[in-house]
Amino acid sequence: MSEIKQTFNSSLGKKLIMALTGLFLCTFIIVHLGGNLFLFKDDQGYGFNVYANFLTHFPPIEVIAYLLYLAIIVHAFYALILTLSNKKSRPVAYASQSKSPASWSSKNMGLLGSILLLFIVIHMGDFWYKYKFTDTVGFKEYRTNVLTNQRTVADFKPVDPTFEHSVTTVNDEEIVRVKDLHAKVATTFSCWWYVLIYVIAMVSLSFHLVHGFQSAFQTLGWTHRKYTPVVKFIGTWFFAVIIPLGFALMPVVYFFQSISK
Amino acid sequence: MNLTLKVWRQKDANSSGKMVSYKAENISPDMSFLEMLDVVNESLIHKGDEPIHFDHDCREGICGMCSLYINGRPHGPKRAITTCQLHMRSFHDGETITIEPWRAAAFPVIKDLAVDRSAFDRIQQAGGYVSVNTGGVPDANIIPIPKVIADEAFNSATCIGCGACVAACKNASAMLFVSAKVSQLGMLPQGQPERWSRVQSMVAQMDEEGFGNCTNTGACEAECPKEITLTNISRMNNDFFSAKLFREEKVHDHSGGGE
Repeated sequence: MSEIKQTFNSSLGKKLIMALTGLFLCTFIIVHLGGNLFLFKDDQGYGFNVYANFLTHFPPIEVIAYLLYLAIIVHAFYALILTLSNKKSRPVAYASQSKSPASWSSKNMGLLGSILLLFIVIHMGDFWYKYKFTDTVGFKEYRTNVLTNQRTVADFKPVDPTFEHSVTTVNDEEIVRVKDLHAKVATTFSCWWYVLIYVIAMVSLSFHLVHGFQSAFQTLGWTHRKYTPVVKFIGTWFFAVIIPLGFALMPVVYFFQSISK
Repeated sequence: MNLTLKVWRQKDANSSGKMVSYKAENISPDMSFLEMLDVVNESLIHKGDEPIHFDHDCREGICGMCSLYINGRPHGPKRAITTCQLHMRSFHDGETITIEPWRAAAFPVIKDLAVDRSAFDRIQQAGGYVSVNTGGVPDANIIPIPKVIADEAFNSATCIGCGACVAACKNASAMLFVSAKVSQLGMLPQGQPERWSRVQSMVAQMDEEGFGNCTNTGACEAECPKEITLTNISRMNNDFFSAKLFREEKVHDHSGGGE
């Protein structure tokens, strides 16, 4: 036991924890972006609301979700511990500004991570907390004719306050009643400064990942002449461009939809 | 050339220091940086002042003794050289040059610009060696080693232990140095018997000395006078995790000595 403790208390052990939690969070944002693409589907929120309901009611995903919250906390906590120990390693600062070539993002991971942590708190407070623990999110009733695939939407007011969702079938009509997170998203993103917070956070995410993704591989010791360029390519174009851009488009598109109405 | 120097002056390890300005006059552009300091020191001695204390030895870039954090960069503005190989033609007439010692908790200042780098020696002593049998001298090339491996090990072995990596790192991390010392032996057949204990002992000693943690910024690689690459750190990490998590051999007790 002390052997394992010693491993994870060493400088490299702490970095291993940073790398593994970081990569886990990287895989999460792929899923998160993929699922949220439902927001771009023009179906009055049907796909998105059913997806949100699935995420909050499918037990294995619940388990992974709590692992995810743990990973965020551990990643931030170890970042703090490492930063404090790094500060202690240079008690007297240089008088001159360092001119050693190093990328801006690699030198500002702490700042970028702090912005992201603050954003995660705001973001989860907006949607996750309100969806799961308050009754500020309304309900929608989707009636789909399974033969013609025609769908009608109506607001729905449950009689029982503990009601969460239902799927029933009457003749050829499938009736789905779910929490209307889509409407919550639309109202939240109609506020310009909220959109700005999201865009700033996604810029931070981009810079955090352009260094973070390939840095995790370096820390794990997975560098190779053949594969490291591939890792750097994925880290730059997929994690630092496509993913933050995809996320940032959601509030921006919803904002412009709200002012065009 | 006439220059203004801003130099860190500190009486000894227990005193606090400060930056002091000096004029360096009639400096030849062909002088090395250390020769320029020699000239300044001569004038200080003539005036009856205490000369500026700085480390130097071979003055041909192979001993690793000279240091100096010059205008925000270890060993000055040029790539892949030590301070003794830096010439005054790299500066312009009238320039103000800031000269500071390496800054790290593990490298305490002895006096002025000289720091105590024996932390590096202790890391080396913790595991930077190979066991050699006594007896007859073996044939020189009796163990076949692929050329690429030999070259790579030699590249790591060019580390002169100057500490520029620690000085350049924003975290004062010594991982480039330690990883070069781990790699130069870990890649060769002769280094295999101690491979897994070596990496654990040297990393443990590095942590004990109070160096910071690597954040993969690459500043060390860019400032290394011998161009040691970040690949070494990756290799060290791989060996360390392999030793700690997957090897079943008895783990080294970090006492330092081999059996």
